[in-house]
Amino acid sequence: MARAAVSGRLTWRAATVVAARWETSSVRTLVLEVPDWPGHLPGQHLDVRLTAPDGYSAQRSYSIASAWPDEEGHIELTVQRVEDGEVSSYLADVLEVGQPLELRGPVGGWFVWRDEPPPVLLVAGGSGVVPLMAMIRARGEVRGRQPFRLIYSARTPQDVCYAGELARRVRDDPGLDVRFVYTRKTPDGWPDPPGRITVPILNTYGWPPDFAPDLFVCGPTAFVETAADILVALGHDPKKIRTERFGGTP
Amino acid sequence: MNEVDGNAMAGDLREIFAVDLTAAVATCAGCREPCIVATLRVWGPAPGLVARCPSCDDVVLRLVRGPERAWLDLRGAISLQVPLPPAGSLAEGPA
Repeated sequence: MARAAVSGRLTWRAATVVAARWETSSVRTLVLEVPDWPGHLPGQHLDVRLTAPDGYSAQRSYSIASAWPDEEGHIELTVQRVEDGEVSSYLADVLEVGQPLELRGPVGGWFVWRDEPPPVLLVAGGSGVVPLMAMIRARGEVRGRQPFRLIYSARTPQDVCYAGELARRVRDDPGLDVRFVYTRKTPDGWPDPPGRITVPILNTYGWPPDFAPDLFVCGPTAFVETAADILVALGHDPKKIRTERFGGTP
Repeated sequence: MNEVDGNAMAGDLREIFAVDLTAAVATCAGCREPCIVATLRVWGPAPGLVARCPSCDDVVLRLVRGPERAWLDLRGAISLQVPLPPAGSLAEGPA
């Protein structure tokens, strides 16, 4: 992988939105062209800065959804619209294809998957699936053989991001499993009533602690705390559990 | 105010430091528990970030970003243990 000669100071870059698509009614993916993007690892994020004509600016951190390298040299952000979210509502509802967006990155070196041998358990609450999807995509790109499991909690089937791509990857990426947990409404014929993530779910659909899996948990604060506590109670090494939390509800 | 975690400080810290600090281990001056910077409880958003210890809730780190300078208050951390990737490695990722 090419690497910039000097990893200098982190600076803001002007990206351009080259495409956009809705993942659900409140979650939008932006495809960005970023001049001289140096590449990123799955799980890393970037900062977005919006500046108003009067100079007021607001900055937020977003996970990168796509893997690198990318055929077109693009990167993707998937943004959940948060009520009263001054940045997320702009990114979801206002920003149009062709318009610029100021960002800097990639940043973060802890909540990152580095294509290592152990099996991996990914636990997503709501739009916490975004950095985990980057990991699934990166594994797909390198045809990784590590067993990967995603346990993905969403309110309803309509709130699932990347549903089509996940179904395709479960079929085409050997060793990838996905288990959904619905908290409000399930599809017809689903075996379990709606409910939050539980000990039996993480016990049944996760990996045994003996496998020493790498564990990544991302979602709202309460979700992350619950899932991480369950994983520790099931006997997983707390040092193997990597968490990323954001404040919003799933 | 929105509660996030130390992962969200990566950009503001990387602007100041030459390496990623979210993977560093901070030892809390309050309870002496070591913790990964990414797991600190952070209230924001910027320009003012307050990062608290996940074990005892004491303030470990404060970061205020102004237009032309940043203030970093680390009195709540006894030490920061910073992993330094070997030269030429991609441990921090492409940068």
